[in-house]
Amino acid sequence: MLNTLDHIELKRVVEIVSVDHSPISSKLTEMGLVSGQLITTLFKAPFGDPIAIELNGSVLTLRLEEAQFIEVKA
Amino acid sequence: MKIALLGNPNTGKSSVFNLLTGLRQQVGNFPGVTVDKRSGFVTVDNVQHELIDFPGTYSIYPRSKEESVVFDVLSNPTHSQHPDQIIFVVDTSNLQRNLLFFSQVYDLGIPCVLVLNMWDLAQRKGITISVDELSKLFPSVPIVQSNARIGLGKDRILQALAGLKSTYVHQQSFIDGHPLCLLDDVSGQKLEAEERLKKIKSALLNVVHTKVPLGESVSRKIDRILIHPVFGYVIFALVLLTIFQFIFTFANAPMNWIDAMFAHLASGTSHAIQPGLVNDLLSQGIIPGIGGVVVFVPQIAMLFFFISILEESGYLSRVVFIMDRLMRPFGLNGKSVVPLMSSIACAIPGIMATRTISNWKERLITILVAPFMSCSARIPVYTLLISLVIPKTFVFGFINLQGIVLFGLYSLGIVFALLVSFLLKLFIKQKEKGFLLMELPDYKNPRWGNVFINVLEKVKIFIIDAGKIILAISIILWFLASFGPDMKDSMDGLSKSSTYQTMTEAEQSQAMASCKLSNSYIGLLGKRMEPIIAPLGYDWKIGISLITSFAAREVFVGSLATIYAVQNEGAAQTLLIDRMRNEVKADGTPVFTLASGVSLMVFYVFAMQCMATLAVVKRETNSWKWPIIQLVFMGALAYLSAWITFSILS
Repeated sequence: MLNTLDHIELKRVVEIVSVDHSPISSKLTEMGLVSGQLITTLFKAPFGDPIAIELNGSVLTLRLEEAQFIEVKA
Repeated sequence: MKIALLGNPNTGKSSVFNLLTGLRQQVGNFPGVTVDKRSGFVTVDNVQHELIDFPGTYSIYPRSKEESVVFDVLSNPTHSQHPDQIIFVVDTSNLQRNLLFFSQVYDLGIPCVLVLNMWDLAQRKGITISVDELSKLFPSVPIVQSNARIGLGKDRILQALAGLKSTYVHQQSFIDGHPLCLLDDVSGQKLEAEERLKKIKSALLNVVHTKVPLGESVSRKIDRILIHPVFGYVIFALVLLTIFQFIFTFANAPMNWIDAMFAHLASGTSHAIQPGLVNDLLSQGIIPGIGGVVVFVPQIAMLFFFISILEESGYLSRVVFIMDRLMRPFGLNGKSVVPLMSSIACAIPGIMATRTISNWKERLITILVAPFMSCSARIPVYTLLISLVIPKTFVFGFINLQGIVLFGLYSLGIVFALLVSFLLKLFIKQKEKGFLLMELPDYKNPRWGNVFINVLEKVKIFIIDAGKIILAISIILWFLASFGPDMKDSMDGLSKSSTYQTMTEAEQSQAMASCKLSNSYIGLLGKRMEPIIAPLGYDWKIGISLITSFAAREVFVGSLATIYAVQNEGAAQTLLIDRMRNEVKADGTPVFTLASGVSLMVFYVFAMQCMATLAVVKRETNSWKWPIIQLVFMGALAYLSAWITFSILS
C-alpha cells in the first residue's frame, strides 16, 4: 500500500517509492532518500513533529511537511 | 597555495582542521557574505600553505545563502578563494552519503586527498572498508585513514598532500560529461544526485563490508530518554539550569577582577603622566573603554564552553529536534533555542551562537529578538528599583511580591521575544524556505581541544571585531560626560560655595563628580529631554542615567549614585536607595513612585541599552542596517510600554 512518509507509524521498515517534485526534492535526494531505499521510522519529537528515520545506519530528522513529499510502501 | 577543507557536517572536519593547523588559525568572513571563514596554515615540504575550512555541506549545491559560498568558490576558478588543492573529509561509517558530495568535487578536477575519518568508530560499528576497491572508483586520488578526534592521521594527510603536486592527473570523471547544474535547476540537481547515488551504491557493494551489530546501539538507547516527550524537556531544563548556575556562580569573580584591574590600571596611568587632556583620555576614556570590552569575556567564554560541549557531544541536535515544533509558529527554528536561552546570561554570546542557523531569515529574527531576553546586566537595575518601589509583602502569605515582579519582568521579555518574532516573520520577506533535514549524529565524548579552540575563537572575534566599535562608542560617551560648555564655571562656583567648604573630603569629591556630570553634554542632553521622558514619570536625572547606561545597563545604578552624590558600594547602597526615596519633583511629590519605578523597569526590559550587543549585531549581520533598526524599534517599544505602564499605575 502506498503512503507518504508523514503518515507512517513508528518502528516500521518501509521502502521509498518516489520523491515528489518540490523545492527541496534535490536536497532529499542528496541525503540518500531515493527510490528503492529502505528506511526505518525511529521516533517522533514531542508533539509528533519532526520525525527521525534511520537509513544505512545513520539517523535523519525531517519535518512532517518535508516527509509528505516522500512516497513509501510497506 | 590555497587548500580547501571540504566535507559533510558531522564528519569531524573541524577536528581535522584543528589537527592540521593547531593554534595557527584565524577567523574572518568569506568576501561579501556573513559566513565564518576559518583559515590556518599547514606546512607541506617546508612550504606554508593556507588551509581554508569551508562550511560542512551535503552537496556542492547550496541549501541556503550561507552554504552558497561553497558553490561560488568551487565553480569559479577566478574566485579569490578558489583552491589549488582539496582535502575532503568523510565519515567512514557513512560513505554512501559522503561520497555524493565528494564525487561532485572530484569531477571538478582539482587535485584532492580523500580522508576517511572516524575510522575506529566505523570498525566498532562492524564496518570495514576496502581502500583498494575504493581507489578504483577515484583513480589518482590518494586515500588516507584518520581518527582526528584522538589526533591520528596528521602525517598521513600531509604526506598525501606532498605527493599530490607531481602525480595528480584527473583521469576520468565519475559521471560522464556532466557540467554543474544551475543553482535554481532543482530537477537537474535531483537527476544528477540520483545518477551519482546509483553509481556509488553499486560500487560500494565491493568496498563496504558491514557486519550487522546485534541489538540497539547506545545512541538509540540514550535517545529514548533525551527525546522523551516529558523527560526530554525536563533534562533540557536541567541542563540549562546547570549552565546558568555555573555562569552566575563563577563569572562574577573574574568580572570583578577585570573591573578592579582596569580601575587600578586607570588610576596608575592617571598618576604616572602629567595631568591634562591626554591623561584624562587615557585614564577615563580609553582604559575603562577597553575594560568595558574585556569584562564580557568571562561570560562569553563560559557560555561557549558549554555550547561547544553540547555541540561536540551531539546533544545540541537533539535539543533542536525536540524544540523545533515549538519555535516554528514564531518564525524561529529549533536552532534558535540555545541562542535565545544563552541571552538570559548575556545577549552577546547568544547572538554569536546564531551562526548555526543556516536559514538567513530565521537567523536574523533570532538575532533581532535575543536582546529582549533579560540578561544579567539588567539584574542590578531590576533589584535596585524593585527594592525601592515594590513593598516586601507576601502574596497568599508565602510568595514574595518582589520575587513575583522580578519573575514578571523576565517573563515579559520572553513573551515579547516570541511576539516580536511572530511579527518579524510576517514582515521579513525571503524566498528561501527553512527546513530541518539534518543528521542526528551518534553521541560522542567532547574533545577538549576542539572545545578550547572554539571558545578561544569566539573570544577573539568578540574582542577584535566588536571591541573596536565598543571602544569607539565608550570614548564618545566619555567625551560627552566629561565636557560641557559651562562645566568649569559651575565647578568653580561649587568649590567656592559655603556648604562645600563644610563638607568632608569624600563628600566634596562626590559633590564635584555630581556637578561635573550634571553640567556635561550628557547632563545638558538629559535636562533637554526631560519634556520627552516626563510622560514616563522620569526627571532629568533619570534621563542622564538612561543615556550613560547605553554603555551597559548596570551603569544606570552607578550614574544615579554619581548624580545624587552618594556612595554606591557594598552596604553603602542603602544610602542610594534612601536618597532615591527622598528625591522629590518641583511640586514636592516623590520622583520614584510605584508608577515611575515600574515604568522604568519595563523600559529596561525592552530598550536596546547595550552598545556591546549592537556592535556584535553589526558584526554578525555585516551591516549597520540591522543594529540601527533594532535600536530604534526596541527604543520605541520601550518608550511606548513605559508610557502605558506609567499611565495605568498613576
